[in-house]
Amino acid sequence: MKARIRKLVVQVDETRWEMGREIKPATRRAVAMAVIENPFAGCYSEDLSDLSDIGEELGALLGEKCVNALGIAPAAAESYGKAAIVGEAGELEHAAAILHPKLGAPLRRAVEKGAALVPSSKKMGTLGSAIDVPLGHKDAAFVRSHFDAVEARVSDAPRPREIVVAVAVTDSGRPLARVGGLRKHEIKGEDGLR
Amino acid sequence: MIEVRSMQTQVEEVFHEFGPPATQRVLRGSVAAVLTNPYAGRYHADILPMMEALNPLGLEMTQRLMMALAVRPDEIESYGKGAIVGGAGEIEHAALWHVPGGYALREVLGWKGARAQGAGVSSDGPTGQPGNALAIVPATKKIGGPGCTLDVPLTHINASYVRTHYDAMEVRVAGAPAADEIVFILVMSLGGRVHARIGGLQKNQISKWDGLR
Repeated sequence: MKARIRKLVVQVDETRWEMGREIKPATRRAVAMAVIENPFAGCYSEDLSDLSDIGEELGALLGEKCVNALGIAPAAAESYGKAAIVGEAGELEHAAAILHPKLGAPLRRAVEKGAALVPSSKKMGTLGSAIDVPLGHKDAAFVRSHFDAVEARVSDAPRPREIVVAVAVTDSGRPLARVGGLRKHEIKGEDGLR
Repeated sequence: MIEVRSMQTQVEEVFHEFGPPATQRVLRGSVAAVLTNPYAGRYHADILPMMEALNPLGLEMTQRLMMALAVRPDEIESYGKGAIVGGAGEIEHAALWHVPGGYALREVLGWKGARAQGAGVSSDGPTGQPGNALAIVPATKKIGGPGCTLDVPLTHINASYVRTHYDAMEVRVAGAPAADEIVFILVMSLGGRVHARIGGLQKNQISKWDGLR
């Protein structure tokens, strides 16, 4: 593996009650995070393809970790998202190199299909920085009940020469979604939008 | 009385901390339950009914964490517990977790004593180990707002003085506790600190089986 992983963290949250109402079935979201060494910390590199290869590895690893942690079949995943926090000896472009060129394809395999864009966020950060990972429906970006975000954070990372890479997968939308718009049973799931 | 709004598990695999990669990875995890604080808002003299009512939750959380870690109970080496009470509660509400949280962990890990007896153990004699999870479960608590972090202490399950296993795990639930909520937390670990090297009692030197050494 190209990625030099110091630590893996997998988190699952399950919401059973919201605003005094019982959520049945409970909504569940998983976030898998890898703390990796930044091979380009402290130096400018024109070619960031090593980070893209790392992104490809992590798309598979973290996507599978999420699906396993939820204990669902891959096809039962409903929404996803990705994010990265770059330690201060790196640059924001390093997050882009991990997230955008190659991470999506293996993540889509891990959740089956995934016609929609994988929403993302990125930032520079320090130990314990939190990043809000955007969530969107995996097959139709306009599904309004599934627009959400989940916080990812590792208390002792990123150190200056590290990057935290996060992938989030859910089996549900928001707990009490009721603002209309496209619903999941109405999607065609062909163009990734509706 | 017990209304769980949400539950969160987190599992960490630590491969190294800039030293030689561990021969055996350190695997540790936390489970946090967010529930409504039935005593929020004013002083209640008698809060013991909640302590009793929390027993099933302690067991459910322990089982859930074991499942998230995907290990057998006899693989667990250290544990800890904690609570964060929202602003409309008091620190005494956090203390309700000592019995239902601690004994749930210990019973699932193989402790055979009676809860009323407390943390001490009576050895069957100078030979052998009289059960598992002999040591007190370390704890910490605080009042906090949504997203507040708690550094939950970890110590060895059979001997509190095992120096390699003194550790802590930061736990935090984004958005909780609200003022009228409590976050109850349990943590467990397979292994101590990843590069432990400051001497002291080692786990293979436990000999008194008194929960301490």
